[in-house]
Amino acid sequence: MSGAELALAVSVFLACAVEAVEALTIVLALGTTRGWSSSLAGTGAAVVALAALVAGLGPALTSLPLDVLRVIIGGLLLMFGLQWLRKAILRWAGVKEMHDELVEFREESEAARAHGRTGPGLDGYAFAVCFKGVLLEGLEVAFIVLSVGANQRHLGLAVAAAGLAVVVVVAAGAAARAPLARVPENTLKLLVGVMLTSFGMFWSGEGAGASWPGDEAALLAIIPGVLVCAWAMAARLRRALVAASDGATTVGPGTGAGDRQAADAAESERLVVPR
Amino acid sequence: MSCITRAAGAVWRFVAGEDWRLAVGIAAAIGLVALLVGMSLNAWWALPVAVPVLLWISVSRAARQHGPPSPAGARATAESPHEP
Repeated sequence: MSGAELALAVSVFLACAVEAVEALTIVLALGTTRGWSSSLAGTGAAVVALAALVAGLGPALTSLPLDVLRVIIGGLLLMFGLQWLRKAILRWAGVKEMHDELVEFREESEAARAHGRTGPGLDGYAFAVCFKGVLLEGLEVAFIVLSVGANQRHLGLAVAAAGLAVVVVVAAGAAARAPLARVPENTLKLLVGVMLTSFGMFWSGEGAGASWPGDEAALLAIIPGVLVCAWAMAARLRRALVAASDGATTVGPGTGAGDRQAADAAESERLVVPR
Repeated sequence: MSCITRAAGAVWRFVAGEDWRLAVGIAAAIGLVALLVGMSLNAWWALPVAVPVLLWISVSRAARQHGPPSPAGARATAESPHEP
């Protein structure tokens, strides 16, 4: 396995792990409040739909000419990667809230309790919420798996990396019997964004006909370059916003315990960025 | 017909995310690389220049729209349906 293939497998693993943590929170919230059978049925149906998507589109993609594939796939990866990166920068800068699984779990559980039961048999609400949640969280990962696998002609490797991530997250969730709130999701999302953006830039450039200096070795400059840019943007944005808000970032005296916990978790991840 | 329109809209939102201008900018940058390569110029440098510029424009606009940082727990922006 080449270095680039290993980096791609790690990127798919991390992307899938992050989305699996979020999907797990939804399933846990619905399972504990509305019952496990309908929640797991909805989850299973979504997993089958995602697997069918990968199995159906994978061979079709790998049959495309490599240059065409690299422009399409590289462009899509670049757009997905920049979405992840943009969100991570806004979170680090403090413009956007940090993602917190405990808050998500609480909100999802409250919504599930508020929704009336429909009687015996399949719980339509739990089924639908789990199906939709897992499908939406998994859809982007499915496209990342397809993109990376088809482009490197190693669809099996990408699927294996994604499958391993799901197994690890589900096992950790089953052991903890709680949302995986201690996973540094926001940092992982930044890393995934950096990797997807870097590979997307490399492949779309190659697909458009450009030759990178050093060929694949150019990635050794592109990946740290993207990371440094993201870091610098977050730091610059945060400094500008803090100066503009004139100390408005302090947590107020009326903040509740849950919000304070979320604030602490967010702050602990945010400390990575120089102010 | 409305079904097709809705599906196309969902695909567009899925690809473009929260800032469609960023997606359009990326597509234009890739097109520019192809154009320059067609003029016998090895424009590998175009994307490393365009991507950070487009990203900075996008995050700056988002910061201007949402204002200064709020307390960490506060919900500052709406999440997209397929939030990464």
